[in-house]
Amino acid sequence: MRNFWTIFNQSFWTKAKTKSFVITTLIVVAGIFLMANLSSIISKIQGVGVFGEGTDDDTIYVIDDSGSLLEPLQQQLGKMESGLTLKSSNDSIDELKEQISEEEIKSFLVLSVNDSQTIEATYTSENASEFENPMVIRDALQNLQTNLKATSLNLSNDEVSHLFAPIEFEQNAVSASSKSEEELSEARGLVYVLIFVIYFAVFYYSNMIAMEVATEKSSRVMEIIISSVSPVKHMFAKIAGVGTLGLLQIALFGLVGFVALKTSSSDLTSGVFSFFGFSNVSISTMVFAVLFFLLGYFLYATLAALLGSLVSRTEDVQQLLLPMTFLIIIASFIAFSGIGNPEASYVQIASYIPFFTPLVMFLRVGMLDLPMWEPILGIAILLITIFILGWFGSLVYRGGVLMYGASQSLKDIKKAIQLGKK
Amino acid sequence: MTLQIENVTKKFGNFTAVKDLSMRVNQGSMYGFLGANGAGKTTTFRMILGLLDSTEGSITWNGKPITYANSTHIGYLPEERGLYPKMKVEDQLIYLGQLRGMKKNDAKTASYKWLERFEIPHYAGKKVEELSKGNQQKIQVIASLLHKPTLMILDEPFSGLDPVNVELLKKAILDVQKEGATIVFSSHRMDHVEELCEHLSIMHHGEAIVNGSLRDVKRGFGRQNVRLKADFDLSFLQEIEGVTSYKQTIEGGIFQIAEERIAHELLGSALSKGDIRHFAIEEPSLQDIFIAKVGKDNA
Repeated sequence: MRNFWTIFNQSFWTKAKTKSFVITTLIVVAGIFLMANLSSIISKIQGVGVFGEGTDDDTIYVIDDSGSLLEPLQQQLGKMESGLTLKSSNDSIDELKEQISEEEIKSFLVLSVNDSQTIEATYTSENASEFENPMVIRDALQNLQTNLKATSLNLSNDEVSHLFAPIEFEQNAVSASSKSEEELSEARGLVYVLIFVIYFAVFYYSNMIAMEVATEKSSRVMEIIISSVSPVKHMFAKIAGVGTLGLLQIALFGLVGFVALKTSSSDLTSGVFSFFGFSNVSISTMVFAVLFFLLGYFLYATLAALLGSLVSRTEDVQQLLLPMTFLIIIASFIAFSGIGNPEASYVQIASYIPFFTPLVMFLRVGMLDLPMWEPILGIAILLITIFILGWFGSLVYRGGVLMYGASQSLKDIKKAIQLGKK
Repeated sequence: MTLQIENVTKKFGNFTAVKDLSMRVNQGSMYGFLGANGAGKTTTFRMILGLLDSTEGSITWNGKPITYANSTHIGYLPEERGLYPKMKVEDQLIYLGQLRGMKKNDAKTASYKWLERFEIPHYAGKKVEELSKGNQQKIQVIASLLHKPTLMILDEPFSGLDPVNVELLKKAILDVQKEGATIVFSSHRMDHVEELCEHLSIMHHGEAIVNGSLRDVKRGFGRQNVRLKADFDLSFLQEIEGVTSYKQTIEGGIFQIAEERIAHELLGSALSKGDIRHFAIEEPSLQDIFIAKVGKDNA
């Protein structure tokens, strides 16, 4: 057991002390702080006036042919808290168009009332992709129109509000596992981020394991190590060491993220953060994230150690890892596509396939109110697979580390097992 | 504390890597293990170390098979450099020492002692890949004897070293032997084996074709060399029956003979032709034996 900890410490510290590891960690930490303060940084920059100089987005020039619409529209916009300012213009339409293309103004609006007392409005801006301002103006004009017509029909305010009383519409779901639409969109962002973290971490750290094993083999230090310690112990100590390192690194990022968000001036409940659902972080989602990271890591790291033990040169590692890489990528595809529709049957099935479980079952646990037996069953299948793979991996590993030769393919697994039988 | 190898055979599928090998290495002795590349030396070493199990036969150290339970008594130097290229020398030695059951501080003290003895204490903080091949080999040797093993397996310990460093390492290994360690080592350098080992085996295609003490091996070879120096051409002497080969040298010639009495005949015939300035019966060198035994297949 002492040897286990010696190897554990060694694989932990030699990795933790490498320059590349330290630098990567620092860059990510800096990135997290930057992201957390992004909105305030941008507004600072905007305040200084680097962007949007000369034109003012929120000012719309108006040619009012009717002569009576500008004032009530401005009032209506004020009521809707749109922040838009209207400015009357005496220029012709062509002149205003010219000004838009020269970026002197952003947009203009032509207003008139036709014979049947209907408002006609034309909104012109540089391109049609502008979405928010026309919507606001349209709503405001619709209100104006309603008032105009009501006046012409001699309707009282009460009658108008009766006429436009909204219907009661509620969306209900029959499936017991589904969360309400509100809960879903809250969970979506967090689950999205965590799936990405699990995917990336499992991929990154199991690659690290394969590289470590291949390096030890190609430098032949493996022969000395396995003459002192059994290859199986070596393999699992290494996996545990790097796994702990990974867990600590992610925990550090999480902590930094937390501190960064708390200390940043950004408001967590608005803007980009509300989209990611950080305002309402569910503890069980976090626990499942850690659990599925660990399980996914153990599964893929064992596979990576097995594959890494087959190569003689570190250059060949990536090639042999390709099938494993595909598995992780497919799992991430299923998980990411399932965010939109977590109850799809293919997502459900994939969540029980051990190589996909860490990502896909996590998606379902995070997005849906699953009965407990579902994740437990998934985890049980995953654990059994890990044990089988661990046993199989140690068989291959024992022979693989002694094998040196030119050909590196999956066929070598058979050769390695024969050699490993001793 | 003897290393006993009894009737060991190792097969990989249809290929027999080691065939019916038996040898006995007494405590405190040094055993030479010779053989061409691919003769089965490394496989034998791996079986001794417990990395591979023999198909048949048994290997015991001190009456017990070698497992990870008693691996702390064993020192191993693999044929190729087996060190972490990017790890500092000091960390590396401590790590490998710890794996052999040493405490961290003991491993550190011992490392520095050996680094000083090998005149490279200033490399302690360097990465292995920055060291020359010879210095890497010194580190490798230190890693194999740091934990005071009682059984040492050395696969080509002197390769890649200059003569001064060979002497340095040879002395170190002899000192470890004096302290009671049993050493098995392989080499392609026959002179090293001749100088260091009382007993030896020559492996060929997985079989020990020569096995025994150095003296017995030489006697048993049944051939001796006769060195003659004269001012005339000696080549006519190779016609004498019992002369198996003749090699001309600048001052005369060397005759390989099957029996000692042929030497008298050689001398007699040579004297009948003229004056002989030098006559000596020499034992065959291990090199001769090796080439004769192993080389005949390849010749």
